[in-house]
Amino acid sequence: MSQFTLNLLVVGASFALYIGIAIWARAGTTSDFYAASRGVNPIVNGAATAADWMSAASFISMAGLIAFVGYGNSTFLMGWTGGYVLLALLLAPYLRKFGRFTVPEFIGDRFYSQSARVVAVVCLLVCSITYVIGQMTGAGVAFSRFLEVQNETGLFIAAAVVFIYAVLGGMKGITYTQLAQYCVLITAYTIPAVFISLQLTNNPIPGLGLFSTHAESGMPLLTKLNEVLIELGFQDYTGHHGSTVNMVLFTLSLMIGTAGLPHVIIRFFTVPKVADARKSAGWALVFIALLYLTAPAVGAMARLNIITTIFPDGTSAEPIRYDERPDWMESWEQTGLLAFEDKNDDGRIQYYNDNSEEFASVAAERGWEGNEMVTFNRDILVLANPEIAQLPPWVLALIAAGGLAAALSTAAGLLLAISSAISHDMLKSVLTPNITDKQELLAARVSMAFAIALATYLGLNPPGFAAQVVALAFGLAAATLFPALMMGIFSKKMNTYGAVAGMLAGLIATLLYIFTYLGWFFIPETNMLANTPDNWLLGISPLSFGAIGAMINFLVAYLVMKVTAEPPEHIQELVESIRVPRGAGAAVDH
Amino acid sequence: MSDDKSAAAYWTANIRIIKICLAIWALVSFGFAILLRPLLQMLPITIGGTDLGFWFAQQGSILTFIALIFYYTWYMNRVDREFGVDEQ
Repeated sequence: MSQFTLNLLVVGASFALYIGIAIWARAGTTSDFYAASRGVNPIVNGAATAADWMSAASFISMAGLIAFVGYGNSTFLMGWTGGYVLLALLLAPYLRKFGRFTVPEFIGDRFYSQSARVVAVVCLLVCSITYVIGQMTGAGVAFSRFLEVQNETGLFIAAAVVFIYAVLGGMKGITYTQLAQYCVLITAYTIPAVFISLQLTNNPIPGLGLFSTHAESGMPLLTKLNEVLIELGFQDYTGHHGSTVNMVLFTLSLMIGTAGLPHVIIRFFTVPKVADARKSAGWALVFIALLYLTAPAVGAMARLNIITTIFPDGTSAEPIRYDERPDWMESWEQTGLLAFEDKNDDGRIQYYNDNSEEFASVAAERGWEGNEMVTFNRDILVLANPEIAQLPPWVLALIAAGGLAAALSTAAGLLLAISSAISHDMLKSVLTPNITDKQELLAARVSMAFAIALATYLGLNPPGFAAQVVALAFGLAAATLFPALMMGIFSKKMNTYGAVAGMLAGLIATLLYIFTYLGWFFIPETNMLANTPDNWLLGISPLSFGAIGAMINFLVAYLVMKVTAEPPEHIQELVESIRVPRGAGAAVDH
Repeated sequence: MSDDKSAAAYWTANIRIIKICLAIWALVSFGFAILLRPLLQMLPITIGGTDLGFWFAQQGSILTFIALIFYYTWYMNRVDREFGVDEQ
């Protein structure tokens, strides 16, 4: 059986499973559609949250992201997991007790104001729409790579599958497909990682392998990696090379942003009790950690593997001849993700850091005229793993299904957040409050279809700033939604003026700071200052600004609250009631 | 009035444990993994050929986060029952 047929079979089987689940878990009421009728087991919700949270980027790019920088990019590992502590301690239990369906609904009701609700809807739409573009393009790319279809065709297939289970099942359908998608993606990620870890360190658990002995050299794996990297002019893997301030602020921004992302928060509305919301956040992090503890190991091991493949007799000996390179390199060259150029015409592959001035003399002495591995896409580290580890073809097919599962599960969660903000917060709460439950369910389905169409359109015509938008989504979630939600719970006296002023201040400050360096609305050449560390205010990168935006939000909200009227008595009582778990069951039907 | 008092005491107990957990959360991530890493490097402890700070940055902080959430859940379930505000 050819690799293509195998990919088609495995991916097709996974899709059949998702659609089967969708038919089984049809939504009959708005409570089904928005919150799976709050009947989801907390451990199941944990797995669904993990799939909801881990996107195509986590699955495909994370290992490479860490592998090419080393210690400095640990920020992603800590930032994307540390947010769950904030969620579990500061938001999830109280929002579950509040017992409504959407994030803007809490902000609108708690701050007794339609304008607060609308500002929250705007923030939610900006965060979630920017985020969903990346998922749709990711799904398109995954399809085209593994199933040999055009990018566009791949995107349409992905949209059609999501359409079936999201429109039919809403949150209920999405929850159980996300559970299945989690199983697919974690299996696909773990199998090749285990084999690579075994080959390099004789340890079957990649996370432990990272800190054990490199079997071939007898040295600790990380010492060996540092050694070969330095010998080729690269920075050492475990060293601290970037700015400390940015490392702290970037980690904090990712943490706060994670806790403020609406598509993650709404998952905690689906569990039966407040205690379940706390527990579920813990399980979500356990399921996420299974991948996040493996990813840095995959990254480091793959980087070492590639260097030792190119320099089989050690970095001081000659590298391999181009025509003797392994088959997997040959096959990935065809995708354009890997490319070589024989700059010094010696028929061998010289891979080293040609940007290092210190190393230039060594390179010149050895007759090297530039790094000859001219393209080395970081996604290869995960995608080519099965071939590097010489695993059977079905493992590669599993990786295809895993990458698609990661993209589809996140897209579906985002689309639900978008459509419920439209049907529940805009239509039911603001524009047409008199519609019946049945009409609202229909409106929710139509909004979902509309959101999928929009996401597909944006996926086909990405606005050219796909890389920056994720930073924007996190920055905005951190600077707008998280502080508003937290103050709504922890400050009884926080009023509508403070909350709205805080959200707007956080929103505007963050947008201004990002646009100043990355261009107005990300249009190239419209940035007012070059995006270099010398120009940054106090050396703060635009990517790290979310944490500062959040502080501005808290500060402005506090100052405005001090000079304006207290919230009414019934709102203060509402805050009292969400602080205690008892009575969460009664809040189910409102 | 006694109801109000116990509600206030419940909330104080909750805030106290949240502060403790968040202090540990910040200590392992911003502290051990980044700002205090040079201090940890002075200890004679190595793990897999590198220092404790690197381990905290790549694994230790994540494992601590998991432990924190489950500890908070367990602790608050107990506090909920103590104050009679748990869900029946």
